[in-house]
Amino acid sequence: MKTLFIASSLAASLIVLSGAAHAQQAAPTKVDPAVVDKYVQSMWAKAPDPWKTVPVQDETQRICTETRNNPSQADFTKIMEREKASVVFPADGKVIGDWKAGERVANTGTGGQFTDGPNTPRGGNCYACHQMAPKELSYGTLGPSLQNYGKDRKFDPAEARNAYAKIYNAQGVFPCSQMPRFGLHKFLSEQQMKDAVAYLFDPESPVNK
Amino acid sequence: MAQAQQDDAEKEIERYRAMISDPMSNPGFLAVDRGEVLWATKRGKKEVTLETCDLGEGPGKLEGAYAKLPRYFQDADRVMDIEQRLLWCMEKIQDLDTADVRRRRFGGPDYTSDMQDLVAFIANKSSGMKYQLQESHPKEKEMLAAGEALFFRRAGVMDFSCATCHGDDGKRIRLQALPNFSKAGKDAQDTMGGWPTYRVSQSQLRTMQHRLWDCYRQMRMPAPEYASDGITALTAYMVKMAAGGEITVPSIKR
Repeated sequence: MKTLFIASSLAASLIVLSGAAHAQQAAPTKVDPAVVDKYVQSMWAKAPDPWKTVPVQDETQRICTETRNNPSQADFTKIMEREKASVVFPADGKVIGDWKAGERVANTGTGGQFTDGPNTPRGGNCYACHQMAPKELSYGTLGPSLQNYGKDRKFDPAEARNAYAKIYNAQGVFPCSQMPRFGLHKFLSEQQMKDAVAYLFDPESPVNK
Repeated sequence: MAQAQQDDAEKEIERYRAMISDPMSNPGFLAVDRGEVLWATKRGKKEVTLETCDLGEGPGKLEGAYAKLPRYFQDADRVMDIEQRLLWCMEKIQDLDTADVRRRRFGGPDYTSDMQDLVAFIANKSSGMKYQLQESHPKEKEMLAAGEALFFRRAGVMDFSCATCHGDDGKRIRLQALPNFSKAGKDAQDTMGGWPTYRVSQSQLRTMQHRLWDCYRQMRMPAPEYASDGITALTAYMVKMAAGGEITVPSIKR
């Protein structure tokens, strides 16, 4: 409970910071959700199965949308608890896979698009948003740098487990995080998530070199 | 060392952008020429041209029309973007079955797109002008509010909204710089001022309909319905963020 409290107050101060970053944004225009839904329907009512239900928001997406990713303290706690509870760890408790396979997960940006086939390889596309290995110059800046991720955490097994949980469901760690919930949505397999953790935590991984 | 390589990579990309932006060698103007022919071609059951089509500035008046779209049209009692309006004119004025035109909405290697060509031609008639936001009619107000809501709406297997990538200044995906559309100003003006554009990587003149379709593809959302009100709402919102920005089209992009 105490840990949760500390995490919440830390998160609350981060919210203040991120709010400041968006200071130039105008205040949201009030609009009836039924009106927005009409426009959503105009784009996707005729989408084929299994795509049809994809645009429907879950409770977390709805609250993060309504609050522009700044949920109330009560919602913050509710989201964190709900999303955290969704995380399924590997049955044998081992969260570290093969870092070389993890590098592929980090580099692969295909899969799951409406132009992709069912056999198109899927990846986590980590490099789209994060800096990782220093040798890879083509990295995005939407997320924080993950350089030396494992090394900075002294390769602590508890931290590796936290990283697995974060990849599985980032919102269980930080509600309304911009990061996809890769495990919850079954976008990545358990093995892929373990391999991604290895890319972060294996001392031999270029992330830690 | 890594920083120097990074700077070199960014300089190379800048150099490439400058190289392809020469208007004398922009194939997008071929689409403008094809669009001009299509505008004056008799088609449909009524065997008439599109030359009496009212794009908002009066029948057949093209100068500056694109700069004021999307807007409310009394005859249709709807807010429309350029493509919705062109389809409306084809159906109402020419009595044209638009199934084939809609099938070719995005041109490919083996066929041209009437819509891409017509948009290129009409938008070019607003080149050098500035976007003028239309927001006086209640339906225009609703469209803008809905567009803003859609821009910030998170959904799908990635939990993304448009704002995930386009909500902050100075962000990148890989090395690609991301314009911030969550506020009015230069980023939106520079981007919207360059659409429609000739995409070198696709060898096609592309419109905002295609760009937003492509965004939703990358967001792992289902393909949005062509010429739907949702796409028009997002376009209207983007024009609002770009209001006052100069239009120079067709541009040429990666």
